[in-house]
Amino acid sequence: MNFNLSEEQNQIRDSIARFVQENYAFDQRNAVVALEHGFSKQHWQQFAELGWLSIPFAEEQGGFGGGPVDTMVLMQEFGRGLVAEPYLATVLLFGGLLQAGASEALQNEYIPAIIAGELQGAFAYVERQSRYAITDIATVAEQNDGKWVLNGEKTVVLNGGAAQKIIVAARSSGAQVDEKGITLLLVDANSAGIERTVYRMTDGQEAANITFTNVEAEAVIGSPDQGYPLMASVVEDARVAVCANALGALESLNAQTLEYCKTREQFGVAIGSFQALQHRLVDMFGACENVKSLLYRAVCALQDGSEDARRSVLALKVMVGRAGKHIGGEAIQLHGGMGMTDELSVGFFVKRLMIINTLFGDADYHQQLFAQLVNAAPQAGATANSEAA
Amino acid sequence: MHTRFSEEDLAFQAEVRQFLSDNWDSELAATCGNRATMKEGLEEWQRRLYSKGWIAPHWPVEHGGTDWSVTQTFIYNSERAAAGAPEVIPFGVTMVASVIIAYGNDEQKARFLPRILKSEDWWCQGYSEPGAGSDLASLKTRADLDGDEYVINGSKIWTTYAQYANWIFCLVRTDSSGRKQEGITFLLIDMNTPGITVRPIQTIDGFHHLNEVFFDNVRVPVENRIGEEGKGWTYAKSLLVQERLSIAEVADSKRALTEVREEARREVNGGVSLLEDPLFAKRLTDIEIELMALEYTELRALASIAEGKEPGPESSLLKLQGTEVQQAIQELRMDVAAYYSGTLQGELTADQLGHDYADIAQKSYFRGRASSIYGGSNEVQKNITAKYVLGL
Repeated sequence: MNFNLSEEQNQIRDSIARFVQENYAFDQRNAVVALEHGFSKQHWQQFAELGWLSIPFAEEQGGFGGGPVDTMVLMQEFGRGLVAEPYLATVLLFGGLLQAGASEALQNEYIPAIIAGELQGAFAYVERQSRYAITDIATVAEQNDGKWVLNGEKTVVLNGGAAQKIIVAARSSGAQVDEKGITLLLVDANSAGIERTVYRMTDGQEAANITFTNVEAEAVIGSPDQGYPLMASVVEDARVAVCANALGALESLNAQTLEYCKTREQFGVAIGSFQALQHRLVDMFGACENVKSLLYRAVCALQDGSEDARRSVLALKVMVGRAGKHIGGEAIQLHGGMGMTDELSVGFFVKRLMIINTLFGDADYHQQLFAQLVNAAPQAGATANSEAA
Repeated sequence: MHTRFSEEDLAFQAEVRQFLSDNWDSELAATCGNRATMKEGLEEWQRRLYSKGWIAPHWPVEHGGTDWSVTQTFIYNSERAAAGAPEVIPFGVTMVASVIIAYGNDEQKARFLPRILKSEDWWCQGYSEPGAGSDLASLKTRADLDGDEYVINGSKIWTTYAQYANWIFCLVRTDSSGRKQEGITFLLIDMNTPGITVRPIQTIDGFHHLNEVFFDNVRVPVENRIGEEGKGWTYAKSLLVQERLSIAEVADSKRALTEVREEARREVNGGVSLLEDPLFAKRLTDIEIELMALEYTELRALASIAEGKEPGPESSLLKLQGTEVQQAIQELRMDVAAYYSGTLQGELTADQLGHDYADIAQKSYFRGRASSIYGGSNEVQKNITAKYVLGL
């Protein structure tokens, strides 16, 4: 048992920290977010050159063969700088699904393109009615003359504006919330019958609502009707990744707030000398330590394939949602009027944390799943924990 | 970064389980659980640990420690708590021993450590005074040097199990001229010395564990002084860190939470198990998630100690969060017990109620209020964290 990073992981961390320091100062970030699609193509190329886009992919496709700890390190440092490039959408979700279920031919075609920074992707899994249930899918996938055809609408598709290829979770059989009967289809974003409404999220990233009218799919990812286990496992990894991203943001927010309380003077003294504020800063520190502990727990459990993994990931996502609101709210409050302005980055961090809370389900949603898992009668076993319920 | 158990770890886990199943039997559990026989029970349990060589795992090996890895410490504690076996009474093995090992002379080590290992002495802690609680350094119990003896006058309060103890480790004032942290001396005092009186304090949990200890011209040989005169505050502070780490009791909270869950499963409101009540489930899982985090915060602290870093002010955060979780579980258990959380202890037996958790709930709830007060109140822990961790 140890909680140290390997030498390689330390190098990744240091190189991202350097990138953030050089490229993600407050004004620089605002400029990046203002670009088309909300991120910098130059940065993305730099990511490719530095090998960051290869981290989670298998060595056969030219990847680094990294695990959950490597992804954690990267996402945490990205979070510290509020990095806007669509690593989650393209590499972890889109790339993760290709890696988990695509045919070897597809993998060989697309994964090297992602690693080279040439391919932007997205995973379309949310629908208007679905809220957080990833199995609630009304978009229909039907076979027509041996081709898969899509009809329906997906919403809040992250990176949906820039994506050249999209993997769509569609209903091929069964009832609207069944796990079985979900088929993952790969489509070209410029196919006939696709309409995209592109918009920005509060944290600056781009998303899209996409309608599909008789859209011909390029390929099935995995097997027809069997998409759920693939997406569940990729989403599970992504949950942990966004929580690592949140930890970076929380640490940064705590550091900024602490610094502000040490330097801002009122009544002739630094406001950090007031006990009422000190105790609140300690609570913020404690909340952040809790997140770090659960993140390490979940990452180790995923990496080691431990039976504690599911429980730890759910607990982590609950804690991250709550800590984000707690620390975010306190950070604004302790910055006083300045916390309300767009002249400091505080508000941008808070918005990012609010978005992370909603990704793949908010704190309450995950706590419900957690309760079902841990309160199940002991003899019923601890494995049954469908997200469909 | 990983938390896998190695083959050796798994073998150790099996050994711990075997030891517990052989030595923590229902008879001993009953002896420890009964207030009238608790002392004998705990001493017997500690003798069994001593025979196995596990009474003081964290001590240096040359004094009787085990040299366990972080993982082994974690395994032992998890298994021990899961079996319901108690922690070793901390005042000797954990508290005074760590000061003797770090600051005592060879004679003191030879004289006291073997007796602590064998549970031949029962120690208590003489820190707090009526006028010195959270502000411990303002203590006034005097020690005046008279030849080769100190003469002690004053009183100590909240002294846990002083009625059982034959030794007390005390902070006393040998000099009042400088800063209040200076002029404090660390003394080991035989409780059978003439001039010592113990007055019991009845507490809200209906149990006698606290006392006030009075010193009236009590003569203590200079050889019972730890380290230098006037340096007691430094020695005491190192011990406070140890104490805070041990107060978190994470593994024991895990067991308590599991018990509460099973109790709630059996309790039924209008045909529906309490465990299925969404409001109850929310509170239970809030605590469980917090506890899962705390378990790893403690592991991270242990791992850092194992790498040679001192347990620092971070121990304050563990104490703070650990006691908050303990109290939250105790509160939940009171709610599970419903009406029976309010019946006076001893009025209804477990046979009459069909379960024993109402009694446990009430005792632990009222007794548990103390955990956010002792070891430095939780508000003081926040002050310490603000000052030493956050640099405020």
